[in-house]
Amino acid sequence: MNFDFSDDQKYLKEQARKFLSEQSSMATVRAVLNDEHKSHDAALWKAIAEMGWLGAAIPEDYGGLGLGELELCVLAEEMGRSLAPVPWASTVYFFAEALKIAGTDAQKSAILPKLAEGTVIGCVAASEGPGEPRAATLKTVFDGTSVTGMKVPVTDGDCATHALVLAKHQEGTSLVIVDVTGAGVEARAIKSFDPTRSHATLTFTKAPAQLLGEAGDGEALLQRIYDRAAVLLAFEQIGGSQACLDMATDYAKGRYAFSRQIGSFQAIKHKLADMYVALEIARSNAFYGAWALSSDAPELPLAAAAARIAACEAYYLASKENIQTHGGMGFTWEVDCHLYYRRAKLLAVQAGAPSLWKEKLVRRLEMRNAA
Amino acid sequence: MDFNDTPEEAAFRQRAQAFLAAHAQPKGSQTESLQKRLSDKEYMLAAKAYQKAKAENGFAGITWPKEQGGQGLAPIFSVIFGQEEAKYDAPAGPFTIGLGMCVPTVIAFATDAQKERHVGPALRGEEIWCQLFSEPSAGSDVAGLKTKAVRDGDDWVINGQKVWTSGAHYSDWGIVLVRTNADKAKHKGLSMFFIDMKSPGIDVRPIHQMSGGSNFNEVYFTDVRVPHSQMLGGEGNGWSVALVTLMNERLAVGGSPGPDYKEIFEWAKTMPGQNGGTLAEDQSFRQKVADWFVRAEGYKLAKFRTMTALSKGQTPGPESSIGKIITANQLQDITHHAMEAMDHFGIITDTAYAPSEGVFQQSHMWAAGLRIAGGTDEILKNIIAERILGLPGDVRVDKDVAFKDLPSGR
Repeated sequence: MNFDFSDDQKYLKEQARKFLSEQSSMATVRAVLNDEHKSHDAALWKAIAEMGWLGAAIPEDYGGLGLGELELCVLAEEMGRSLAPVPWASTVYFFAEALKIAGTDAQKSAILPKLAEGTVIGCVAASEGPGEPRAATLKTVFDGTSVTGMKVPVTDGDCATHALVLAKHQEGTSLVIVDVTGAGVEARAIKSFDPTRSHATLTFTKAPAQLLGEAGDGEALLQRIYDRAAVLLAFEQIGGSQACLDMATDYAKGRYAFSRQIGSFQAIKHKLADMYVALEIARSNAFYGAWALSSDAPELPLAAAAARIAACEAYYLASKENIQTHGGMGFTWEVDCHLYYRRAKLLAVQAGAPSLWKEKLVRRLEMRNAA
Repeated sequence: MDFNDTPEEAAFRQRAQAFLAAHAQPKGSQTESLQKRLSDKEYMLAAKAYQKAKAENGFAGITWPKEQGGQGLAPIFSVIFGQEEAKYDAPAGPFTIGLGMCVPTVIAFATDAQKERHVGPALRGEEIWCQLFSEPSAGSDVAGLKTKAVRDGDDWVINGQKVWTSGAHYSDWGIVLVRTNADKAKHKGLSMFFIDMKSPGIDVRPIHQMSGGSNFNEVYFTDVRVPHSQMLGGEGNGWSVALVTLMNERLAVGGSPGPDYKEIFEWAKTMPGQNGGTLAEDQSFRQKVADWFVRAEGYKLAKFRTMTALSKGQTPGPESSIGKIITANQLQDITHHAMEAMDHFGIITDTAYAPSEGVFQQSHMWAAGLRIAGGTDEILKNIIAERILGLPGDVRVDKDVAFKDLPSGR
C-alpha cells in the first residue's frame, strides 16, 4: 500500500508553500480585492511562470516541465491555501488540460509553450444563465469558422487571452478555442461574490474560432475536462479548508471569553472537530482522484465526482464555521475569514455545483455496477 | 501512488487467505451466519477452536513480542490479517476485547510468572478475558468510578458495580479498575487488578438493551477477594494503566457495522419511489446516496492512508481517529432514510413482512448504541480537538479535591 505522495512531491509542496507565503501574502490578495480595476496580480503570475508551475504537467516537447498530475495536485493545494489572486485554475486545470486531452498537435504547439511561459491565459466560457449549460438552452452558435453569442459569467474572462467556448454546432454542441484579444470579442468585467478572482461577460460577434476535439462532442468533452479539473480543484479546496481550520484553531486558543480560552468550550471544540473530519474525508477522496487522474484509470469519473463533492462540502463547512468561531470579528472586512468564504463558493459553483455532481456520481455508480 | 502490497506483505496475505479458506466460511456463503446457526455453547466451542488454529498457524498475537508467544511482526500485518478475516464469517468476536485490550495490559504490567501463566492460554483461545471499567455513574468520565477495594492482609476486598461489560458471562478472567483511596483526587486513587471471573461474590447479569437483545452485562462485586499480587502497575497507578488499555480500544472497535450505501442502493431498486418509478430513481434519494458514497469511500481511503504509514513503518497520522464517528452516524442516517422511504410499512419489524428481514430496523436501533460504545461521539470529538488540533482541555473542577468530597448526581 503506497497511498500517499512521494517525498519529492512533498518537498515540492513545502517549497511551494514557502514561495507563496512570500509572494502571495494576504496583502497581495487584498490588493486585488480592493481594486476593482485589477483583475489579478501580474507580478505573482510572472513569478509562478518563472517557477515553471504553469507548465508543470505539460510535456517538455510543448515547453513544460514534464512532471505529472500528482505534482500539479500538490501545487494546487498550496495555491488554494494562499488564495493566490491569479488565473491559475482557469489556465492550468481547465484550458491546459483541455488542450492536452483534445488538442491537435498544431494547437498544442501553438498554445502550450506560451501558456507555460505565462503569456497565454485561458478561461472557460460555458455559462449563459442560471443552471447547467445544455444544448437545448445554449444560444451561442459556432458556424464552423466563427462564434457568436454572449457568455456570463466567465471566471478570469477579463484577463484571459484565450477562451474555451461551448457553442451550438450543427445538431449538437462543440467546444471551440477563441483568441479573445482578436476581432469580434468584447470582454466586460462584472462584479462577483469573489472579487479576488475576476469575472467578466464575453460577447462574441463572428469571432474567429477553431474547433477543439470532435464536432458535436462539446458537452461530453467539457465533462471530461471537468472530471480532470474537479480533482485539481479539490486539492485547491482542501488547501483553503485547511487554512480555515488552522485560522479557527489559532483564534480559539488565543481568544478569551468568560475568563477562559474559547477553545476550551466543547461548543467550539466539536465545531472544529467536525471541520477536521470533513476535511479528512475530502482529503482521502481527493487522494484517490489524484491516483485516478495520474494513472489514467477508468475509475476517474467516479473518483472525480467523489473528490469534488467532498471538497465542496469541507470548504463550505470550514469557511462558514471559521467565521462563526471568530464571532463579530469574523464578520469584519479586515479579518480574512470572508476571503475564504468567497473563494469556497466560487470553487463550488465553477465546473458544476455539488448537487449536479451528486447526480453524476450516482449515474456513474450505476454504470460501474452494470459493467 | 499505488495500492499494492510489498512482496513481504503479499506473501503474508497469501498465507492468511489460505489459512482462512481452510478454517472459516466466506461471508454470505450460508443463508444464516455462524452465530445464528449455532447455539451459544456451540458457537463458543467453534470460537475457541478457531482461535486455537490461529495460534497454531501463526496468526495470533501478530504484533506481540515473540517472547510472549506472539509473531513479532509490524502492525501492518495485523491490519492485513484483519482485512482478510473480515471477508469471512470467522468467530473471532469473543476474543477481540481480551486480546485487543486486556492481555496487552497484562503483558505491560504483570510479572514474568504471571505472563507465563496467562498469555499463552489467552492466545490459544483457552481462556477469555473481559474488561471491567465503566460504571453506572462513570461512563465518559470513567475515572469517576466508585467500586472500591480495601486492603485486608494479602488480599483486597472489592465491592461495587460495573456495567456494559461485553462477554462477562463467558469470560474466565477480567481486568478491573477500582478505587483504592477516596481521600486522594479522582484520578490518583485508582488501582488496576486482574481477577478470576469465577471468584466468589461476582454476579453477572445481562443488560436488557433498548434493541431487545442482551449483548452486555452488569457485574456486581460483593466482598470479592483478590490477591495483592494481582494488582497491575502498583497502588494508585490505575489511571495510567487504564490509559494503556484504552489506547487500544478504538483500534479494536470499527469495521463495517451494517448496511452501507451499496446495500441501500441495491435495495432501493426494488422499492417504490414517489413518482411512479423506483426509490432508486428519486432525485432526493439519489442525492443522499452520493453523500453516503463519499463518506464511506472517504473512510475506506483514510484507512488506506493509515495502512500506507504502517507499511512504511511510520506511526499513522490522526486520520485513523475519525472512523467510528463516521461509521456510526452513517449507519444511523442510512437506516433512518430506509425506514422513512418505506412510509408506513417502515415500522414493521416482523420478518414475515419487513423487507430485507428487517435489517434496517434492527440496525437503526443498534446505531444509537454504536454512537455511544467505546467512546461517545462527543468524547471522540474532544479527543480530535485536544490531541490533534491542540485545543486546551476543559476547565476541571475535580482536580485537587479528594474524591470523597466531589459532588455526584445521578
